[in-house]
Amino acid sequence: MSTEPPVSERQRARSGANVGRRATSSVRAVLAVGLAAGLTLLSACGGGGGGPLGGGSGPSPADTIRIGSADFPESALLADIYSVALQAKGITTERRSLGSRETYIPALRDGSIDLIPEYTGTLLQYFDQQATPTASAEVYAALKTAVPAPLTVLEMAAAEDKDAVVVTRELAARYNARTIADLAPGCRELVFGGPSEFQTRPDGIPGLRERYGCEFKSYVKLDTGGPVTVRALKDDTVQAADLFTTNPALEENGLVVLEDPKNNFAAQNVVPLINSTKATEGITQTLNAISAKLTTEGLVELNRKLNAPDKPNSEVVAKEWLSANGLG
Amino acid sequence: MTILSSVLAWFADPVHWSGPEGVPARVLEHVYYGALALLVGALLAVPVGLLVGHTGRGGFLVVGLANWLRSLPDLGLLILLVLLVGIGLVPVVAALVVLAVPPLLAGAYAGVRNTDRAVVDAARGMGMREHEVLLRVELPNALPLLFGGLRSAVLQVVATTSVAAYVGFGGLGRFLIDGFRAQADPIAKYTEMTAGVLLIAALALLLEAVLAGVQRAVVSPGLRAPGRGARSPADMVLRDDPPCPLTETKPETAGVNP
Repeated sequence: MSTEPPVSERQRARSGANVGRRATSSVRAVLAVGLAAGLTLLSACGGGGGGPLGGGSGPSPADTIRIGSADFPESALLADIYSVALQAKGITTERRSLGSRETYIPALRDGSIDLIPEYTGTLLQYFDQQATPTASAEVYAALKTAVPAPLTVLEMAAAEDKDAVVVTRELAARYNARTIADLAPGCRELVFGGPSEFQTRPDGIPGLRERYGCEFKSYVKLDTGGPVTVRALKDDTVQAADLFTTNPALEENGLVVLEDPKNNFAAQNVVPLINSTKATEGITQTLNAISAKLTTEGLVELNRKLNAPDKPNSEVVAKEWLSANGLG
Repeated sequence: MTILSSVLAWFADPVHWSGPEGVPARVLEHVYYGALALLVGALLAVPVGLLVGHTGRGGFLVVGLANWLRSLPDLGLLILLVLLVGIGLVPVVAALVVLAVPPLLAGAYAGVRNTDRAVVDAARGMGMREHEVLLRVELPNALPLLFGGLRSAVLQVVATTSVAAYVGFGGLGRFLIDGFRAQADPIAKYTEMTAGVLLIAALALLLEAVLAGVQRAVVSPGLRAPGRGARSPADMVLRDDPPCPLTETKPETAGVNP
């Protein structure tokens, strides 16, 4: 090996890819390669896609589509559904788990990922904090113009995972309540439970007061759509609570979602957010076909399967759903 | 504004110092839950620890139980208890009792176990009955380690009482959870959370200082001689075999409580 390698080789040396320039560096390089291979293996075994550090950053190769997901099971499952369906069409996919919107939107913009399952309402709020539409179709229309290029949203699904006012079946019967408006005359006698932020955010307690004239007796801060809130409803610590529409615990515990005719809660339809440079005809068709089949009831069922005692792999659940819907 | 200056501004804002959501009210709630847990924990752990230490029977169980309890994840335990018995003060206190018991149990047990056997034998030789040996000789001798256990328990309970906020209760944990969940602006979010963290740390340090003072006042000066008085929880000997005292002669005379 020459003492003065050409520039390109020096650059490679600096980036750690030059194996064997000197004895020590070759040992180090071998170790580094071994370590990298080990890490790759580890992350490949890590179920549901590697962490944000797995694999390289930067744009993915043209024939590969990188699918991200947020850090909750439903998002990972939707991403797996996309991934499995695209693989069935012969497209190479990679899966990433990327935490929250503050992390994955920039990742989409810089090409680290190409596709992620999203929810129309919160996504619209992210891009346009002044946005006012709350009904499903209007939110979607506004979202289409709010999403900055090169990002774009494909067809949305009927499936919605959104906040809802939830009560026990007995209480609904007592007030003869099918919608939040039916409950309004009795609100003063009821304690409401939900996460800390629901007490102050515009579509939380203030929104219910403004749109339905519903003024609750008091507010108890509980977890965010989780088991503590469900338990609080069941043992009557609270009589109405903020829970999510795709939570399988609702049906299992005899809880009912009150309808929201005035659209206090913005629509949250599942929608694929994709980098338009990657949205080929085939990919678009595949993802739109998934959206066409995805309903809220279907999503509840999928979540129930994910939460089953044997904790099935979300990729397996995704495959089952796709073949049951003739998309696998 | 940086986090540091906004945290200072947070503490300077009188809004945060009054009403049912103000710092004094939250500190009182925090101390109330923690004190309940420590009281229940002490009533459970100290008599058992003293008795097991005195009789030397069941030491294996005490050590095993203390170590097992230490390994329980407290937030998970609290949520499990809430799901089992419902929302209330009972699951909150019970989850904290689980934290208070191991150091108190270990402190009481190790304190009695590590009492100089020559002193205990002398007490028996003077005609003391078993309960007198325990209460008038072993208990005073156990105080340094018992206090070590108490201080460790207080520290753990004060730090962890924050979990009460997760199931709808108050305490300083509210600043952590509400700061994280209810504040949209990241600066406001981390300001409120940092303020909560600082308050919890300050409360823990304050209680530690108070207990160190109390310990100095109640522990016999004879136990504070060089090499004996400087015990900290870290030096705590926790073993289930007795330290083989009868064959051992110690050069220094350990203090029997007058």
